[in-house]
Amino acid sequence: MFSNFDFDIIIKSIPFLMEGMGLTLLLTFTAIVGGLALGTVLALCRLAPFKWLSFAAGTYVNFFRSMPLILVIFWFYFMVPFIVGRPVGGFYSVLVAFIMFEAAYYCEIMRAGIQSVRTGQVYAGQALGLTYKQNMRYVVLPQAFRAMIPILLTQAIVLFQDTSLVYVVGLRDFLVAADIVANRDNRLIEMYMTVALVYFVLCLLGTLGIRKLQNKFQTG
Amino acid sequence: MDYNWDWSVLFCTVADDDIGCNQPYFYWILSGFRWTVSVAAAAWVIAFTLGSVVGILRTVENPILHGIATTYVTIFRNIPLLVQMFLWYFVFPELLPKEAGDWVKREMPLPEYWTAVVCLGTYTASRVAEQVRAGINAITQGQRYAAMAMGLRPTQVYRYVLLPISYRIIIPPLTSDFLGIFKNSSLALTIGVLELTAQTRQIEEYTFQGFEAFTAATLLYIVVTAIVMTFMRVVEGKFRIPGMISLGAK
Repeated sequence: MFSNFDFDIIIKSIPFLMEGMGLTLLLTFTAIVGGLALGTVLALCRLAPFKWLSFAAGTYVNFFRSMPLILVIFWFYFMVPFIVGRPVGGFYSVLVAFIMFEAAYYCEIMRAGIQSVRTGQVYAGQALGLTYKQNMRYVVLPQAFRAMIPILLTQAIVLFQDTSLVYVVGLRDFLVAADIVANRDNRLIEMYMTVALVYFVLCLLGTLGIRKLQNKFQTG
Repeated sequence: MDYNWDWSVLFCTVADDDIGCNQPYFYWILSGFRWTVSVAAAAWVIAFTLGSVVGILRTVENPILHGIATTYVTIFRNIPLLVQMFLWYFVFPELLPKEAGDWVKREMPLPEYWTAVVCLGTYTASRVAEQVRAGINAITQGQRYAAMAMGLRPTQVYRYVLLPISYRIIIPPLTSDFLGIFKNSSLALTIGVLELTAQTRQIEEYTFQGFEAFTAATLLYIVVTAIVMTFMRVVEGKFRIPGMISLGAK
């Protein structure tokens, strides 16, 4: 089958694929930033001493975690224009979907991170006379972040892979760009294998980087 | 929000004769739900079996077996599931010898269904493998040594000592992997399986009343998730080893 494997088509379509990768990366980064912001708010709500607030945040998280991402994308793809009252373009609708969806996962990671700090540490801080704010700032959060960061980064890689699902609404990301070339020139094998290879290399590099970071944190 | 909710759309009869059926749209959702469950269940069989084997191989000392298992996990975890779906559907038949490839393309029954099952199964297997490995590694080395000291062969050490403990430890993460397969089965719509999410999209296209269909599907997903979680919590309680806390892998 490799006898007629056409490398030319891959090389010729590189600029077009790069445009797609641009959209993939833009979507990934904006979704991470938005997801982290909303996720932090949710995590604070979940750990808040008010029952109704933590219940509301918990419901939000469980709701989004039991839905498939594709269905969430469909929901927001059709709903955002309705709420805004005019067409906003696929990108913004999908971006909202990713932020809302990812926030649920980021919230859980942060909550677990904060709760992983042993209570003895909090008591020790209190015994030293630190206020609640100081205790959070100097004792709890630095340790929590250290526990969280590798998991947050791993989730970022998962998100990077998940952005390929914009395929279902036809946004021109990396996969869709390759798909367009593949169908136009009937070169499915070449294009899909290229896409797989590029994703694989990028994600593997990311994973290895995270592992290195993790080792540094542990020894440091 | 300026939307005319019309729930009756789910119960009115499909008027289109082209699709050759005469039933309420709600039946489409039920039929989609059946496909979702059927894809998820079949894929879970592959994921659990293959994942267990790969996970166990990752804990053995033989460098070749260990290397194969690690490579498997690395490959399947670092390629987006949707891309894997396309590889299985469009590329895999071309890589096979000619006769086998032709059979897959032309004669295999339910090609989209089985492709989705194999894809989801092998993908989730890499996740299950990580859980199984973490479960085995979470057991103190003393258990393994004790088993060996009693004269058990390596397979017996796994069969009678390590696996019975580790599977009980990893029930919670395995549950979330199973729910992952259930949700990810929605990706099968990209290769043409008319599962739950695909059916809602189709109802949207026929009626322009998509939100009603999305709501119905959302409720079904949530109900199934809740049922599975509750059931597995009972199972976990039943099989708990006294004095051990459960822990999951990330």
